[in-house]
Amino acid sequence: MKKKWLIGVLLMVLVMSVSGCKKDDQVVLNVYNWGDYIDESIFDTFEEETGIKVNYETYATNEEMYTKIKNGGSNYDIAIPSDYMIEKMIKEDMLEPLNMDSIPNFANIDDQFKDLAFDPQNKYSIPYFWGTVGIIYNTDLIEEEIDSWDALWNPKYAGMFTMVDSQRDSIMVALKKLGYSMNTKSVAELEEAKALLIEQKPLVLAYVGDNVKDMLISGEAAMAVVWSGEASTVIQEYDNFKYALPKEGSNKWFDNIVIPKGSEHVAEAHQFIDFLCRGDIGFLNADYVGYATCNTETMELLDPALMGTTYAYPDKALLENFEVFLDPGDFISEYDRVWTEIKAN
Amino acid sequence: MLKKLSSGPYWLWSFIFIVVPIMLIIAFSFSVPGEAFKFSLDNYKRFMEPVYLKVLARSVKIAVEATLICLAVGYPMAMILARMHLKYRTIAVMLLVVPMWMNFLLRTYAWMTILNKNGILNHILSFFGLPQMTFLYSEGAVLLGMVYNFLPFMVLPIYTVLTKMDNSLIEAAEDLGANRRTVFRKVTFPLSLPGVLSGVSMVFMPAVSTFVISDLLYGGQYMLVGNLIQQQFLVVNDWHFGSAISMLLMVMILITMSIMNRLGQDGVEQGGGNIW
Repeated sequence: MKKKWLIGVLLMVLVMSVSGCKKDDQVVLNVYNWGDYIDESIFDTFEEETGIKVNYETYATNEEMYTKIKNGGSNYDIAIPSDYMIEKMIKEDMLEPLNMDSIPNFANIDDQFKDLAFDPQNKYSIPYFWGTVGIIYNTDLIEEEIDSWDALWNPKYAGMFTMVDSQRDSIMVALKKLGYSMNTKSVAELEEAKALLIEQKPLVLAYVGDNVKDMLISGEAAMAVVWSGEASTVIQEYDNFKYALPKEGSNKWFDNIVIPKGSEHVAEAHQFIDFLCRGDIGFLNADYVGYATCNTETMELLDPALMGTTYAYPDKALLENFEVFLDPGDFISEYDRVWTEIKAN
Repeated sequence: MLKKLSSGPYWLWSFIFIVVPIMLIIAFSFSVPGEAFKFSLDNYKRFMEPVYLKVLARSVKIAVEATLICLAVGYPMAMILARMHLKYRTIAVMLLVVPMWMNFLLRTYAWMTILNKNGILNHILSFFGLPQMTFLYSEGAVLLGMVYNFLPFMVLPIYTVLTKMDNSLIEAAEDLGANRRTVFRKVTFPLSLPGVLSGVSMVFMPAVSTFVISDLLYGGQYMLVGNLIQQQFLVVNDWHFGSAISMLLMVMILITMSIMNRLGQDGVEQGGGNIW
């Protein structure tokens, strides 16, 4: 008897705690973003202006984000994946179509970033930042001018440089050096790239992720394959670094804002996207993150010295051979096999 | 009745958090993407390719090495601790355990700053006029990271068994004329076997499946089974192959553990600390 009473009390507590969350009628937006990829102070501004609270979570790779959203569990209202991942998510019907009438600030986005191949007519995504992959090098330790991937196969630099610990990015370097497309679906081309990367392996100091900036600054590594934003952060603080855009071509990438299917606050998510597209908010983010903005109003607010630098707003002529990653579909297992063979070697 | 009811939550807990996940892993490992309910051995067949077997062999080799070093260093350490005066013993055990309160990742990052090119070790070397050396990004660094992180798991179970040991048995052996070496060989060591065995399994299991240590201390150039599994789940999104590798690893650990357990039972009939 006593036990039943106890269970009753427990149940009541449970019910109350569940309904307790519902009683609060303030809308909370769940934002899922790359680590260190937004100025978090804008959340307060957003809450002051609209009364909508932001719950912020981060991820380290597109794949991590995809796995979490795909397998359900959490309802995110906003996410910021890259190009090929957006293509994949559209294919798998994981994104909410956008209603442009609720995003008037879309007009601020530079036309060159609209209507890109992975999301024609921007039905599902709004450009946030863009950038490149290139080589950053320490001019105190490396005297010659670097302009090609060949430097990463030069025995002179053995043990002095790092590659990216990500299969598609590292294989991309080899494919581009060979003059192939980074979106190749030819096994023969991949095998050539594999042989090249195995040949390079004894020269590589390490395959790294987030800690590359520390390794460069401490002098552990003299040269590294990095994303442009990382280069921008390092170069703006230390003048002995340069960022090169390899002449064979490289990766040009875009991170766009999307609303995942399953969002419970689609209208508020639109409001948030519009807020992110505002010139002043874009400036706060661009200033904090260091990547290149897609927003024309923000660009006017930025330091003019940034324009034309290799790491932030490069000259278009330099990007001629640059490509955007496409979703390889099931062919990804071939990339994985090649990468495993390189690493296991 | 009451006893049965009170164990209810335990059964529910282990069903939801242990049985169901293992069933899911088994189900995933025997199917291929796209056809979730069709039985298939493809994932296991794929693992038999030389690339993957090479990764497995490497992981087992380095885990065995780490376990042996932990045993060689940990056993004397446990003996020293067990023989200490009670006053100092608690402090000494605390000192062994305190680093474990710190996050595992932080402890591994600390080794990176010690071992790297401009790290503490190289500063000491250059102070004595010796040439700089590369310590980081080598197999030795990974081994060091494993031994450092898992050593307490070896010391503590051996230490517990040693302190619980009945001292009169040792005295009896000495009375009967055994010298210290014989006492250790015939009395102390056999009695401490349960502790040794649980220490060995507690070091071997995390060592064979780690992916963080190899990633950080070998700069991602060294693929162990743990890295392979992590890659299947987080990068390739092939949960089926990842589950199959996890299953193989689990079966392998189970077999080694049961062999070890058999050995242990042959060695000592009595004594606690059974790992099962």
